[in-house]
Amino acid sequence: MKTIKLFSLSLIAAITLNSCSDDDSSPEPIIEQEVITTINIELEDVDNPTNTATFLWSDSDGDGLEDLVNVDNLTANTTYSGAITFLNELENPAEDITQEILAEDEEHQIFYIPNTTLDLTTSYDDVDNVGNPVGLDFTLTTGDASNGVLTVFLIHEGNKFAEGASEGVLTDGVGGETDIEVNFDVNIED
Amino acid sequence: MFQMRILVFCLMAFTSFTYSQNCSLNISGQVIDLHDNSPLFGAVVQIESLNKVVYTNEKGHYKIEDICEGLLEIKVSHPFCEPKTKSLNLKSNTEINFRLEHHLEELNEVLLKGKLYNNENNSSISNQIKTETLEEFSNASLGDALKNISGVSSLNTGNAIVKPIIQGLHSSRVLVINDNVRLHDQQWGVDHAPNVDINSAANITVIKGASALKYGGDAVGGTIVVEPKKAPIKDTLIGKTIVTGATNGRGGTLASNLIKAYNNGFNYRIQGSLKRLGDFKSPDYQLSNTGSRANNLSLGLGLNKIDYGIDFSYKLTDSEIGILRASHIGNTRDLVNAINRQTPSFVDDFSYDINNPKQKVTHQIYKLKAFKKLKNIGELSLQYAFQNNRRKEFDVRRGGRSDLAALDLELKTHTILAELEWDQTENFDSNFGVEFNAQNNFPNPRTGVRRLIPDYEMLSFGTYATSLFQLSDTWEFDAGIRYDFSRIDAVKYYITSRWEDLNYDETFPQFEVEYIGNQIETNPKFDYHNFSATFGATHQLSEQMKLIMNLSSASRAPNPSELFSDGLHHSISSIERGDLSLSPEQSYKFGVGFQGSYKNFGFNFQPYANFINNYILMQPEDIERTIRGAFPVYQYSQTNARLLGFDLTANYKFQKLDFRTNLAYIHGEDMSNNEALIDMPPTNWSNTVRYEFDKFQNLYLELNSQFVFKQNRFPNNNFEVEILNTETGTFEDVLVDISTPPEAYHLLNFSSGMDFKLDKTKFNINLRINNLFNTNYRNYLNRQRYYADEIGTNVMLQLKVNY
Repeated sequence: MKTIKLFSLSLIAAITLNSCSDDDSSPEPIIEQEVITTINIELEDVDNPTNTATFLWSDSDGDGLEDLVNVDNLTANTTYSGAITFLNELENPAEDITQEILAEDEEHQIFYIPNTTLDLTTSYDDVDNVGNPVGLDFTLTTGDASNGVLTVFLIHEGNKFAEGASEGVLTDGVGGETDIEVNFDVNIED
Repeated sequence: MFQMRILVFCLMAFTSFTYSQNCSLNISGQVIDLHDNSPLFGAVVQIESLNKVVYTNEKGHYKIEDICEGLLEIKVSHPFCEPKTKSLNLKSNTEINFRLEHHLEELNEVLLKGKLYNNENNSSISNQIKTETLEEFSNASLGDALKNISGVSSLNTGNAIVKPIIQGLHSSRVLVINDNVRLHDQQWGVDHAPNVDINSAANITVIKGASALKYGGDAVGGTIVVEPKKAPIKDTLIGKTIVTGATNGRGGTLASNLIKAYNNGFNYRIQGSLKRLGDFKSPDYQLSNTGSRANNLSLGLGLNKIDYGIDFSYKLTDSEIGILRASHIGNTRDLVNAINRQTPSFVDDFSYDINNPKQKVTHQIYKLKAFKKLKNIGELSLQYAFQNNRRKEFDVRRGGRSDLAALDLELKTHTILAELEWDQTENFDSNFGVEFNAQNNFPNPRTGVRRLIPDYEMLSFGTYATSLFQLSDTWEFDAGIRYDFSRIDAVKYYITSRWEDLNYDETFPQFEVEYIGNQIETNPKFDYHNFSATFGATHQLSEQMKLIMNLSSASRAPNPSELFSDGLHHSISSIERGDLSLSPEQSYKFGVGFQGSYKNFGFNFQPYANFINNYILMQPEDIERTIRGAFPVYQYSQTNARLLGFDLTANYKFQKLDFRTNLAYIHGEDMSNNEALIDMPPTNWSNTVRYEFDKFQNLYLELNSQFVFKQNRFPNNNFEVEILNTETGTFEDVLVDISTPPEAYHLLNFSSGMDFKLDKTKFNINLRINNLFNTNYRNYLNRQRYYADEIGTNVMLQLKVNY
């Protein structure tokens, strides 16, 4: 008799517990918080502030694939001061991821790597708390007219003390993980 | 002699005295076992006063003839049972049946339910691990212990996450039954180890194939049955404590177990274990962030009255496992660098800290079970179980989000199980059962990461019938069928462009609910009908030789990961895509078990062939270039698979030396694409020699050699991707070799141990050295083989106390 009672109790428990979880409201959609959808590089000719250029790479729906890319031409033999911003445009208003990178600057470094056909160099203009570059502010110097690919890397938790890292050389010793890797087809004109 | 004469004389006198009575009466009947109603063979039935003794035959029947009328006492005894006597006044031919109860000691072997899971019972191709072996693995995991069985290997993520593979299959294809409860713990994930505390198990049976239908019809690979220690029916207190310390990981495990039982059938049990391990070390470097912690507890309360009983139990496993830091990478370029680097990119000093990436998993099982033996029917049992699985995975994240889980799943499962064992027909033993399941998966939205596995509710129903038929002393047949129905009702948000890319807007428009921003809310609903069956025969060839043949068919519905996956997997930096149009896979497996012994030689040979239609697997599709760089895309798809192989165990005893060999071979083929199946265990050959000094505290010395061949059969999923060489500035086409298995390796393991006795307490001390020569090796079935070597020498010292 006791057994039967216990069983009916457990059955009731099972049924009520089930019905509890059976609500009809659908779960909320998740807006990805950590995703970077947009990379924006603003360049300004240090000798002629009216000469500017913008590199934009945008994945507006957050699926990772490129939706909009815009690369302005650069002028040969010119020094530009550059700044890069990272946005999450899935959120409204867009979230400025640059601030997160700045807040954790010792864990992040941006590398600007031109391929062999592209005649330009970059150097860092900012430092983190321990004096290593971050790469949010930088100088870009173009050489002769040429075209090629500029790849921008955002490396998380790499070894910023690795050989060459402070000069912007991305060696295997840097390690870490690649958060961003995008290519810009750059054209340098006379 | 003199006494004998007197006795004979007296008897003669007695006989002559009573000659006038009717002395041609007889008493007959059957003697059966109270626990399982099986006939007792060889029971002694005697009337002491008449000096008459007979024995029961194989069917438990007896007959005593030529008895005179009058008062007499009949006594029945059996070596395993408590004797029983009955007095009667005999007037005519009488039939008396006896139901004998086992000796109290024997009841240790009797489950609450009535009997142990008995692999002799049907034609299952199975192997069992006993307590003693399990205790050696107190500091390790279920998967590690199971590898002792030929044909069982493991799919690892590092050293702490070990998933058992049965004859080439794992995860959703392997059922884990813990104390009669089927584990629902997000087992679809290749890096989700089963939530079972090995210290809570008294024995584990591995059933290779789908022949254990009572546990489920989807055991395409097999079933692992874990059973805890049962309480005896007597006034006693049984306990044991095991302490293990290990040099590699610089930690250990403390496990304890206590059972208090009473003569009246009441008992309570408590068992717990604590594990603390720091970073492991490979021969050349520290494996940073591979520490782990586990706190496990189980409690039980029961009443066992032999013909009825009720039992409640609660089990908790709570673990936190660090994932090798170097295995968390960004994109394909990072993967190429990791593969070429040969040593991990992150190597720190030894630490007990568990940082991100890590897993925190809690699993709880509440179980209430009752059984009743019904006269002339058999045994009826009812069980309700509730399981709650909470899995949190922490990633290396930006913006102070590292304390927030990137994956946070809560899976709740209610199960009601009703079973009837019917054993009233001679030579037949049948089982019937029904099972209801209600499951709810809740992915916590607080993660800020799109859900890997969506919210879903699943209702399922299963029913089965199995029967065992004893044709003769040497032939036994068994058969069973099972039907399962499951309905899955999910709510998933797809990125609209992805939904359209996959053409789902045309193939599944009925699932669309509404567009929200760049996402679309969908409500996929699926019904699956699954049929499974088993048929087998057991033939006793001779006293020492036995042949088992089993044909089984299992049917498995696609799991949530196979249906819904849609995103980046960090550990091998790949994008994985589920497929809503997957259908259930159906396997047909033929297995043979040929076992025997001759003098000091014993063997068990288990060949098999497993054909799986609509086998679900991931196949490389293409390379996707994203804002994070390039990634290979894997798509779940279906093919026909064939697995052929054999497991062999043999042992030979020569005086005090014991040799043992285990060999497992498997050949997996994707029949549709004519290529090898991925992740098939390489041939594994293990040899052990053991010497026992039985006179000296049972001291033993054991040397084990384990040779793992290179897996030469693998699908070539290598791909070429254009990667910028960041040092030279040139774009290069790089071959990403993710397919080639690591080289063969050979390990030597040593162990030794001895027993002590102080007062009535039994002590046992064991020393075990794994990877004696600190060999560098990588394991094809470790998902971290791209990043680091396996662990080096590990010396473990274990003290065991039984009280």
